[in-house]
Amino acid sequence: MSLNEETKKEYKPLIVAFCCNWCSYAGADLAGSSRLTYPTDVKIIRVPCSCRVNPLFVLRAFQRGADGVIIAGCHPGDCHYTSGNYFARRRMTLLFSMLDYLGIERERTRVEWISAAEGVKFSTTMNEFAKTIHELGENKKLRDLRCEE
Amino acid sequence: MTELIKAKVSELLANQTADRVLGWKKGEFFYDETPAVFQAEELDDLVYDGFSAPNLSKYLIKESKKEGKVIALLKPCDTYSFNQLIMEHRINRDNVYVVGVPCRGNLDINKIREKGIKGIQSIKEQGDELIIETIYGTKTLPREEVILDRCLCCKGSQHMVADEVIESGEPAWEAKADRFEMVTKLENMTSDERFAFWRGELSKCIRCNACRNVCPACSCLQCVFDDPASKVQAKSNADDFEENMFHIIRAFHVAGRCTDCGECSRVCPQGIPLHLLNRKFIKDIDTFYGEYQAGADIEAKGPLTEFNKDDVEPSIVKERGGK
Ligand code: SF4
Ligand code: SF4
Ligand code: FES
Repeated sequence: MSLNEETKKEYKPLIVAFCCNWCSYAGADLAGSSRLTYPTDVKIIRVPCSCRVNPLFVLRAFQRGADGVIIAGCHPGDCHYTSGNYFARRRMTLLFSMLDYLGIERERTRVEWISAAEGVKFSTTMNEFAKTIHELGENKKLRDLRCEE
Repeated sequence: MTELIKAKVSELLANQTADRVLGWKKGEFFYDETPAVFQAEELDDLVYDGFSAPNLSKYLIKESKKEGKVIALLKPCDTYSFNQLIMEHRINRDNVYVVGVPCRGNLDINKIREKGIKGIQSIKEQGDELIIETIYGTKTLPREEVILDRCLCCKGSQHMVADEVIESGEPAWEAKADRFEMVTKLENMTSDERFAFWRGELSKCIRCNACRNVCPACSCLQCVFDDPASKVQAKSNADDFEENMFHIIRAFHVAGRCTDCGECSRVCPQGIPLHLLNRKFIKDIDTFYGEYQAGADIEAKGPLTEFNKDDVEPSIVKERGGK
Protein backbone atom coordinates (compact mmCIF):
# COMPACT_ATOMS: atom_id res chain seq x y z
CA MET A 1 0.00 0.00 0.00
CA SER A 2 1.40 3.35 -0.95
CA LEU A 3 1.54 6.20 1.50
CA ASN A 4 -1.21 8.00 -0.34
CA GLU A 5 -3.56 5.13 -0.18
CA GLU A 6 -2.89 4.71 3.48
CA THR A 7 -3.90 8.24 4.40
CA LYS A 8 -7.12 7.75 2.50
CA LYS A 9 -7.90 4.68 4.55
CA GLU A 10 -11.28 5.01 6.17
CA TYR A 11 -11.35 5.68 9.90
CA LYS A 12 -12.33 2.57 11.77
CA PRO A 13 -13.25 3.18 15.36
CA LEU A 14 -12.50 0.69 18.10
CA ILE A 15 -15.32 0.13 20.54
CA VAL A 16 -14.95 -1.93 23.67
CA ALA A 17 -18.10 -3.48 25.06
CA PHE A 18 -17.99 -4.99 28.52
CA CYS A 19 -20.87 -7.46 28.54
CA CYS A 20 -22.06 -9.30 31.59
CA ASN A 21 -22.04 -13.03 31.16
CA TRP A 22 -25.62 -13.69 32.17
CA CYS A 23 -27.60 -11.20 30.16
CA SER A 24 -25.85 -9.01 27.66
CA TYR A 25 -23.34 -11.59 26.47
CA ALA A 26 -26.21 -13.98 25.95
CA GLY A 27 -28.02 -11.12 24.21
CA ALA A 28 -25.08 -10.81 21.84
CA ASP A 29 -25.28 -14.55 21.21
CA LEU A 30 -28.94 -14.27 20.43
CA ALA A 31 -28.25 -11.39 18.08
CA GLY A 32 -25.75 -13.63 16.33
CA SER A 33 -27.98 -16.67 16.07
CA SER A 34 -30.86 -14.49 14.88
CA ARG A 35 -28.54 -13.22 12.14
CA LEU A 36 -28.80 -9.64 13.34
CA THR A 37 -25.70 -7.65 12.63
CA TYR A 38 -23.58 -5.39 14.75
CA PRO A 39 -20.49 -3.51 13.64
CA THR A 40 -17.19 -5.32 13.60
CA ASP A 41 -15.71 -2.30 15.40
CA VAL A 42 -17.28 -3.58 18.59
CA LYS A 43 -15.00 -5.83 20.59
CA ILE A 44 -16.78 -7.68 23.34
CA ILE A 45 -15.10 -8.42 26.65
CA ARG A 46 -17.08 -10.81 28.78
CA VAL A 47 -17.31 -10.00 32.48
CA PRO A 48 -19.10 -12.01 35.17
CA CYS A 49 -21.30 -9.06 36.09
CA SER A 50 -21.52 -5.40 35.15
CA CYS A 51 -20.20 -4.55 38.60
CA ARG A 52 -16.96 -6.35 37.74
CA VAL A 53 -16.04 -3.36 35.60
CA ASN A 54 -13.49 -1.41 37.55
CA PRO A 55 -13.09 2.24 36.49
CA LEU A 56 -9.51 1.32 35.64
CA PHE A 57 -10.79 -1.08 32.97
CA VAL A 58 -12.57 1.78 31.26
CA LEU A 59 -9.47 3.96 31.35
CA ARG A 60 -7.23 1.11 30.22
CA ALA A 61 -9.52 0.51 27.26
CA PHE A 62 -9.14 4.15 26.24
CA GLN A 63 -5.40 3.94 26.82
CA ARG A 64 -5.06 0.97 24.50
CA GLY A 65 -6.85 2.81 21.73
CA ALA A 66 -10.59 2.45 22.31
CA ASP A 67 -12.67 5.30 20.93
CA GLY A 68 -15.75 4.37 22.90
CA VAL A 69 -16.55 2.15 25.87
CA ILE A 70 -19.93 0.64 26.54
CA ILE A 71 -20.92 -1.43 29.54
CA ALA A 72 -23.88 -3.73 29.14
CA GLY A 73 -25.52 -5.63 31.98
CA CYS A 74 -28.75 -7.21 33.10
CA HIS A 75 -31.72 -4.93 33.60
CA PRO A 76 -31.90 -3.39 37.10
CA GLY A 77 -33.55 -5.96 39.31
CA ASP A 78 -32.43 -8.87 37.09
CA CYS A 79 -28.75 -9.09 37.99
CA HIS A 80 -27.64 -12.68 38.45
CA TYR A 81 -26.00 -11.59 41.67
CA THR A 82 -29.09 -9.62 42.76
CA SER A 83 -27.60 -6.15 43.08
CA GLY A 84 -24.35 -5.92 41.13
CA ASN A 85 -25.77 -3.68 38.45
CA TYR A 86 -27.20 -1.27 41.00
CA PHE A 87 -23.71 -0.66 42.33
CA ALA A 88 -22.30 -0.50 38.82
CA ARG A 89 -24.91 2.09 37.94
CA ARG A 90 -23.78 4.44 40.70
CA ARG A 91 -20.11 3.91 39.95
CA MET A 92 -20.41 4.46 36.23
CA THR A 93 -22.63 7.49 36.64
CA LEU A 94 -19.97 9.10 38.79
CA LEU A 95 -17.09 7.98 36.60
CA PHE A 96 -18.68 9.23 33.39
CA SER A 97 -19.56 12.50 35.01
CA MET A 98 -15.92 12.84 36.08
CA LEU A 99 -14.64 12.11 32.59
CA ASP A 100 -17.01 14.75 31.26
CA TYR A 101 -15.68 17.15 33.90
CA LEU A 102 -12.14 16.53 32.68
CA GLY A 103 -13.22 17.49 29.20
CA ILE A 104 -13.45 14.04 27.64
CA GLU A 105 -16.40 13.77 25.26
CA ARG A 106 -19.35 12.42 27.20
CA GLU A 107 -20.65 10.53 24.14
CA ARG A 108 -17.73 8.10 24.34
CA THR A 109 -19.11 6.29 27.34
CA ARG A 110 -22.39 4.50 27.74
CA VAL A 111 -24.24 1.98 29.91
CA GLU A 112 -27.09 -0.15 28.59
CA TRP A 113 -29.23 -2.84 30.18
CA ILE A 114 -29.68 -5.69 27.72
CA SER A 115 -31.27 -8.99 28.66
CA ALA A 116 -30.56 -12.42 27.19
CA ALA A 117 -33.80 -12.15 25.23
CA GLU A 118 -32.97 -8.79 23.68
CA GLY A 119 -30.89 -9.70 20.67
CA VAL A 120 -32.52 -6.88 18.75
CA LYS A 121 -31.72 -4.35 21.43
CA PHE A 122 -28.14 -5.55 21.44
CA SER A 123 -27.82 -5.08 17.74
CA THR A 124 -29.51 -1.66 17.60
CA THR A 125 -27.59 -0.36 20.61
CA MET A 126 -24.26 -1.37 19.16
CA ASN A 127 -25.11 0.04 15.74
CA GLU A 128 -26.21 3.30 17.27
CA PHE A 129 -23.18 3.56 19.53
CA ALA A 130 -20.80 2.76 16.69
CA LYS A 131 -22.44 5.46 14.62
CA THR A 132 -22.02 8.03 17.37
CA ILE A 133 -18.37 7.13 17.82
CA HIS A 134 -17.82 7.21 14.09
CA GLU A 135 -19.16 10.75 13.99
CA LEU A 136 -17.04 11.78 16.99
CA GLY A 137 -13.91 10.44 15.42
CA GLU A 138 -10.77 9.31 17.10
CA ASN A 139 -10.28 9.49 20.83
CA LYS A 140 -7.45 11.98 21.19
CA LYS A 141 -7.94 13.15 24.72
CA LEU A 142 -7.52 9.97 26.64
CA ARG A 143 -5.08 8.00 24.58
CA ASP A 144 -1.59 6.90 25.32
CA LEU A 145 0.85 7.71 22.54
CA ARG A 146 3.06 4.87 23.63
CA CYS A 147 0.30 2.43 22.82
CA GLU A 148 -0.14 3.66 19.26
CA GLU A 149 1.10 1.49 16.47
CA MET B 1 -3.64 28.11 73.05
CA THR B 2 -0.56 25.88 73.13
CA GLU B 3 -0.34 26.42 76.90
CA LEU B 4 -3.99 25.51 77.40
CA ILE B 5 -3.52 22.29 75.45
CA LYS B 6 -0.27 21.42 77.23
CA ALA B 7 -1.97 21.87 80.59
CA LYS B 8 -4.87 19.65 79.60
CA VAL B 9 -2.63 17.01 78.14
CA SER B 10 -0.30 16.93 81.15
CA GLU B 11 -3.30 16.46 83.37
CA LEU B 12 -4.55 13.55 81.25
CA LEU B 13 -1.13 11.95 81.23
CA ALA B 14 -0.74 12.43 84.98
CA ASN B 15 -4.05 10.77 85.77
CA GLN B 16 -3.16 7.97 83.36
CA THR B 17 -6.03 8.45 80.99
CA ALA B 18 -3.43 7.84 78.31
CA ASP B 19 0.33 7.41 78.08
CA ARG B 20 1.30 9.54 75.08
CA VAL B 21 0.05 12.33 72.84
CA LEU B 22 -0.24 12.67 69.10
CA GLY B 23 0.20 16.33 68.26
CA TRP B 24 2.27 18.75 66.22
CA LYS B 25 5.85 19.93 66.53
CA LYS B 26 7.87 22.45 64.57
CA GLY B 27 9.36 21.09 61.40
CA GLU B 28 12.44 22.28 59.59
CA PHE B 29 10.84 25.73 59.36
CA PHE B 30 8.39 27.15 61.86
CA TYR B 31 5.57 27.01 59.33
CA ASP B 32 5.88 23.39 58.33
CA GLU B 33 4.70 21.71 61.46
CA THR B 34 4.77 17.96 61.46
CA PRO B 35 2.85 15.29 63.35
CA ALA B 36 4.67 13.82 66.31
CA VAL B 37 4.10 11.57 69.30
CA PHE B 38 5.10 12.97 72.69
CA GLN B 39 5.74 11.31 76.03
CA ALA B 40 4.96 13.27 79.19
CA GLU B 41 8.53 14.58 79.48
CA GLU B 42 8.65 15.76 75.85
CA LEU B 43 5.67 18.08 75.97
CA ASP B 44 7.87 21.17 75.64
CA ASP B 45 8.01 20.59 71.88
CA LEU B 46 4.26 20.42 71.43
CA VAL B 47 2.84 23.37 69.51
CA TYR B 48 -0.59 24.39 68.38
CA ASP B 49 -1.15 27.45 66.22
CA GLY B 50 -2.26 28.52 62.77
CA PHE B 51 0.31 26.26 61.16
CA SER B 52 -0.88 23.08 62.86
CA ALA B 53 -2.49 22.08 59.61
CA PRO B 54 -1.69 18.37 59.32
CA ASN B 55 -4.72 16.19 59.83
CA LEU B 56 -3.58 13.74 62.49
CA SER B 57 -6.29 11.14 62.08
CA LYS B 58 -4.40 9.07 59.54
CA TYR B 59 -1.50 8.56 61.94
CA LEU B 60 -3.88 6.89 64.36
CA ILE B 61 -4.14 3.87 62.10
CA LYS B 62 -0.67 2.86 63.27
CA GLU B 63 -0.67 4.56 66.62
CA SER B 64 -3.92 2.98 67.82
CA LYS B 65 -2.58 -0.50 67.14
CA LYS B 66 0.22 -0.04 69.62
CA GLU B 67 -0.08 -0.85 73.28
CA GLY B 68 -1.56 1.71 75.66
CA LYS B 69 -3.77 4.65 74.93
CA VAL B 70 -2.89 7.69 72.89
CA ILE B 71 -4.34 11.17 73.16
CA ALA B 72 -5.17 12.54 69.73
CA LEU B 73 -5.48 16.28 69.22
CA LEU B 74 -8.06 16.79 66.53
CA LYS B 75 -9.33 19.97 64.94
CA PRO B 76 -13.01 20.01 64.02
CA CYS B 77 -12.37 19.02 60.38
CA ASP B 78 -9.96 16.25 61.42
CA THR B 79 -12.75 14.56 63.36
CA TYR B 80 -14.60 13.80 60.12
CA SER B 81 -11.61 11.83 58.89
CA PHE B 82 -11.35 10.11 62.26
CA ASN B 83 -14.98 9.00 62.02
CA GLN B 84 -14.51 7.83 58.47
CA LEU B 85 -11.55 5.69 59.55
CA ILE B 86 -13.61 4.28 62.42
CA MET B 87 -16.33 3.37 59.90
CA GLU B 88 -13.73 1.59 57.83
CA HIS B 89 -12.40 -0.26 60.89
CA ARG B 90 -8.96 1.21 60.49
CA ILE B 91 -8.60 2.77 63.92
CA ASN B 92 -8.89 0.95 67.20
CA ARG B 93 -11.18 3.38 69.02
CA ASP B 94 -10.46 1.87 72.45
CA ASN B 95 -6.85 2.95 72.26
CA VAL B 96 -7.54 6.59 71.44
CA TYR B 97 -8.60 9.44 73.66
CA VAL B 98 -9.78 12.24 71.40
CA VAL B 99 -9.21 15.77 72.60
CA GLY B 100 -10.99 18.23 70.35
CA VAL B 101 -9.03 21.43 69.87
CA PRO B 102 -10.63 24.65 68.63
CA CYS B 103 -9.53 26.03 65.29
CA ARG B 104 -9.49 29.54 63.91
CA GLY B 105 -8.57 28.58 60.38
CA ASN B 106 -5.06 27.60 59.31
CA LEU B 107 -2.61 30.08 57.86
CA ASP B 108 -1.10 29.91 54.41
CA ILE B 109 2.57 30.85 54.33
CA ASN B 110 2.41 31.40 50.57
CA LYS B 111 -0.36 33.94 50.93
CA ILE B 112 1.75 35.75 53.52
CA ARG B 113 4.69 35.80 51.14
CA GLU B 114 2.47 37.01 48.33
CA LYS B 115 1.78 40.07 50.45
CA GLY B 116 5.36 40.97 49.73
CA ILE B 117 6.67 40.08 53.16
CA LYS B 118 10.17 38.71 52.88
CA GLY B 119 12.73 37.26 55.25
CA ILE B 120 10.15 35.93 57.68
CA GLN B 121 11.67 34.64 60.89
CA SER B 122 8.67 34.02 63.08
CA ILE B 123 4.97 34.72 63.24
CA LYS B 124 2.97 35.35 66.37
CA GLU B 125 -0.80 35.34 66.44
CA GLN B 126 -2.34 38.03 68.55
CA GLY B 127 -6.12 38.04 68.35
CA ASP B 128 -7.00 38.87 64.77
CA GLU B 129 -3.50 40.17 63.97
CA LEU B 130 -0.36 38.43 62.91
CA ILE B 131 2.86 39.88 64.24
CA ILE B 132 5.51 38.92 61.72
CA GLU B 133 9.18 39.22 62.62
CA THR B 134 11.32 39.57 59.53
CA ILE B 135 14.96 40.37 59.01
CA TYR B 136 13.74 43.78 57.89
CA GLY B 137 11.77 44.47 61.03
CA THR B 138 8.30 43.77 62.38
CA LYS B 139 5.23 43.68 60.15
CA THR B 140 1.58 43.09 60.94
CA LEU B 141 -1.20 41.53 58.88
CA PRO B 142 -4.86 40.83 59.54
CA ARG B 143 -5.17 37.10 60.10
CA GLU B 144 -8.22 36.81 57.91
CA GLU B 145 -6.34 37.82 54.76
CA VAL B 146 -3.98 34.87 54.75
CA ILE B 147 -6.22 31.95 55.66
CA LEU B 148 -5.57 28.66 53.91
CA ASP B 149 -8.01 28.14 51.02
CA ARG B 150 -9.56 25.01 52.43
CA CYS B 151 -10.44 26.85 55.64
CA LEU B 152 -12.41 29.43 53.70
CA CYS B 153 -14.92 26.64 53.12
CA CYS B 154 -14.79 25.44 56.74
CA LYS B 155 -17.23 22.69 57.66
CA GLY B 156 -17.85 24.28 61.04
CA SER B 157 -16.40 24.46 64.50
CA GLN B 158 -18.20 21.40 65.84
CA HIS B 159 -16.18 18.27 66.63
CA MET B 160 -17.94 15.22 65.20
CA VAL B 161 -16.34 13.03 67.82
CA ALA B 162 -14.41 13.84 70.98
CA ASP B 163 -13.92 12.48 74.46
CA GLU B 164 -13.29 16.00 75.58
CA VAL B 165 -13.21 19.39 73.90
CA ILE B 166 -10.95 22.29 74.85
CA GLU B 167 -12.77 25.61 74.69
CA SER B 168 -10.78 28.64 73.70
CA GLY B 169 -13.34 31.31 74.41
CA GLU B 170 -12.43 32.93 71.11
CA PRO B 171 -15.13 33.37 68.47
CA ALA B 172 -15.41 30.36 66.18
CA TRP B 173 -14.13 30.51 62.64
CA GLU B 174 -16.84 30.47 60.00
CA ALA B 175 -16.99 29.51 56.32
CA LYS B 176 -16.62 32.46 54.00
CA ALA B 177 -16.88 30.82 50.60
CA ASP B 178 -19.05 28.35 48.72
CA ARG B 179 -16.99 25.21 48.25
CA PHE B 180 -18.62 24.30 44.95
CA GLU B 181 -18.09 27.67 43.32
CA MET B 182 -15.12 26.62 41.20
CA VAL B 183 -16.64 23.23 40.36
CA THR B 184 -19.73 24.97 38.99
CA LYS B 185 -17.57 27.36 37.06
CA LEU B 186 -15.74 24.48 35.43
CA GLU B 187 -18.99 22.67 34.69
CA ASN B 188 -20.15 25.72 32.80
CA MET B 189 -17.12 25.79 30.54
CA THR B 190 -17.06 23.95 27.23
CA SER B 191 -15.57 20.53 27.25
CA ASP B 192 -12.48 21.73 25.37
CA GLU B 193 -11.93 24.50 27.91
CA ARG B 194 -12.24 22.02 30.73
CA PHE B 195 -9.81 19.71 29.00
CA ALA B 196 -7.32 22.53 28.60
CA PHE B 197 -7.75 23.55 32.23
CA TRP B 198 -7.08 20.05 33.53
CA ARG B 199 -4.20 19.36 31.19
CA GLY B 200 -2.63 22.57 32.42
CA GLU B 201 -3.01 21.51 36.01
CA LEU B 202 -2.36 17.80 35.86
CA SER B 203 0.67 18.10 33.61
CA LYS B 204 2.42 19.84 36.52
CA CYS B 205 2.22 16.67 38.59
CA ILE B 206 5.63 15.24 39.45
CA ARG B 207 4.07 12.15 40.94
CA CYS B 208 5.64 12.65 44.32
CA ASN B 209 2.65 10.84 45.85
CA ALA B 210 2.37 13.43 48.62
CA CYS B 211 -1.36 13.81 47.98
CA ARG B 212 -1.93 10.11 48.36
CA ASN B 213 0.33 9.69 51.36
CA VAL B 214 -1.31 12.46 53.33
CA CYS B 215 -4.88 11.48 52.50
CA PRO B 216 -6.73 9.84 55.37
CA ALA B 217 -9.04 8.14 52.88
CA CYS B 218 -6.05 6.62 51.04
CA SER B 219 -5.28 4.09 53.69
CA CYS B 220 -5.13 0.84 51.73
CA LEU B 221 -2.45 -1.58 52.83
CA GLN B 222 -1.43 -2.01 49.21
CA CYS B 223 -2.19 0.84 46.85
CA VAL B 224 -2.88 0.05 43.18
CA PHE B 225 -0.26 2.60 42.28
CA ASP B 226 2.36 0.71 44.25
CA ASP B 227 1.76 -2.61 42.62
CA PRO B 228 5.13 -3.43 41.04
CA ALA B 229 3.46 -5.75 38.54
CA SER B 230 1.55 -2.86 37.03
CA LYS B 231 4.80 -0.94 36.50
CA VAL B 232 2.89 2.32 36.96
CA GLN B 233 5.62 3.84 39.09
CA ALA B 234 8.18 3.52 36.34
CA LYS B 235 5.78 4.95 33.81
CA SER B 236 4.37 7.60 36.04
CA ASN B 237 5.16 10.67 34.01
CA ALA B 238 5.89 9.25 30.65
CA ASP B 239 2.58 10.23 29.10
CA ASP B 240 -0.44 12.49 29.61
CA PHE B 241 -2.52 9.41 30.03
CA GLU B 242 -0.71 8.35 33.17
CA GLU B 243 -1.31 11.71 34.80
CA ASN B 244 -4.99 11.63 33.96
CA MET B 245 -5.31 8.07 35.07
CA PHE B 246 -3.59 8.56 38.40
CA HIS B 247 -5.80 11.45 39.32
CA ILE B 248 -9.08 10.06 38.03
CA ILE B 249 -8.52 6.77 39.79
CA ARG B 250 -7.27 8.31 43.00
CA ALA B 251 -10.26 10.61 43.15
CA PHE B 252 -12.57 7.72 42.32
CA HIS B 253 -11.11 5.53 45.04
CA VAL B 254 -11.89 8.14 47.66
CA ALA B 255 -15.28 9.07 46.21
CA GLY B 256 -17.93 8.83 48.87
CA ARG B 257 -15.23 8.55 51.53
CA CYS B 258 -13.39 11.82 51.02
CA THR B 259 -14.32 14.16 53.84
CA ASP B 260 -13.07 17.19 51.91
CA CYS B 261 -10.38 17.78 54.50
CA GLY B 262 -8.30 19.56 51.87
CA GLU B 263 -5.01 17.94 52.83
CA CYS B 264 -4.26 16.78 49.27
CA SER B 265 -4.33 20.28 47.80
CA ARG B 266 -2.50 21.70 50.80
CA VAL B 267 0.50 19.41 50.46
CA CYS B 268 0.82 19.35 46.69
CA PRO B 269 4.20 20.95 45.95
CA GLN B 270 2.93 21.87 42.48
CA GLY B 271 -0.17 23.66 43.69
CA ILE B 272 -2.55 21.42 41.75
CA PRO B 273 -6.15 22.04 42.90
CA LEU B 274 -6.88 18.40 43.65
CA HIS B 275 -9.86 19.30 45.80
CA LEU B 276 -11.69 20.26 42.61
CA LEU B 277 -11.70 16.61 41.60
CA ASN B 278 -12.95 15.41 44.96
CA ARG B 279 -15.53 18.13 45.18
CA LYS B 280 -16.89 17.19 41.79
CA PHE B 281 -17.62 13.72 43.15
CA ILE B 282 -19.09 15.21 46.31
CA LYS B 283 -21.29 17.55 44.31
CA ASP B 284 -22.50 14.75 42.05
CA ILE B 285 -23.19 12.47 44.99
CA ASP B 286 -25.15 15.25 46.65
CA THR B 287 -27.28 15.89 43.58
CA PHE B 288 -27.79 12.29 42.47
CA TYR B 289 -28.09 10.45 45.76
CA GLY B 290 -28.86 13.06 48.38
CA GLU B 291 -26.55 15.19 50.45
CA TYR B 292 -23.84 13.26 52.17
CA GLN B 293 -20.92 14.35 54.29
CA ALA B 294 -18.40 11.58 54.82
CA GLY B 295 -17.45 11.19 58.45
CA ALA B 296 -20.33 13.19 59.89
CA ASP B 297 -22.26 10.15 61.04
CA ILE B 298 -20.64 6.78 61.63
CA GLU B 299 -23.99 5.01 61.32
CA ALA B 300 -24.53 6.30 57.77
CA LYS B 301 -23.89 4.11 54.75
CA GLY B 302 -21.45 5.36 52.16
CA PRO B 303 -23.07 6.43 48.88
CA LEU B 304 -21.07 3.94 46.83
CA THR B 305 -21.76 0.99 49.12
CA GLU B 306 -25.46 1.54 48.83
CA PHE B 307 -28.06 1.96 46.09
CA ASN B 308 -31.67 2.78 45.41
CA LYS B 309 -33.76 0.91 42.92
CA ASP B 310 -34.71 4.15 41.22
CA ASP B 311 -31.26 5.76 41.07
CA VAL B 312 -30.52 7.93 38.06
CA GLU B 313 -29.17 6.19 34.98
CA PRO B 314 -25.62 6.98 33.81
CA SER B 315 -27.16 8.64 30.76
CA ILE B 316 -27.94 11.58 33.07
CA VAL B 317 -24.45 12.82 32.26
CA LYS B 318 -25.50 13.31 28.66
CA GLU B 319 -29.05 14.43 29.37
CA ARG B 320 -27.86 17.15 31.70
CA GLY B 321 -26.56 18.73 28.57
CA GLY B 322 -24.09 21.52 29.06
CA LYS B 323 -21.30 22.32 26.73
S1 SF4 C 1 1.04 15.96 45.57
FE1 SF4 C 1 0.79 17.09 43.63
S2 SF4 C 1 2.69 16.69 42.46
FE2 SF4 C 1 2.59 15.17 44.13
S3 SF4 C 1 1.60 13.38 43.19
FE3 SF4 C 1 -0.03 14.59 44.15
S4 SF4 C 1 -0.78 15.94 42.52
FE4 SF4 C 1 1.21 15.13 41.84
S1 SF4 D 1 -8.87 13.27 48.92
FE1 SF4 D 1 -7.96 15.15 49.77
S2 SF4 D 1 -9.70 16.22 50.73
FE2 SF4 D 1 -10.35 14.09 50.40
S3 SF4 D 1 -9.89 13.01 52.31
FE3 SF4 D 1 -8.10 12.75 50.94
S4 SF4 D 1 -6.71 14.43 51.50
FE4 SF4 D 1 -8.72 14.95 52.35
S1 FES E 1 -24.96 -10.50 36.32
FE1 FES E 1 -25.60 -9.18 34.69
S2 FES E 1 -25.36 -7.26 35.65
FE2 FES E 1 -24.91 -8.57 37.33
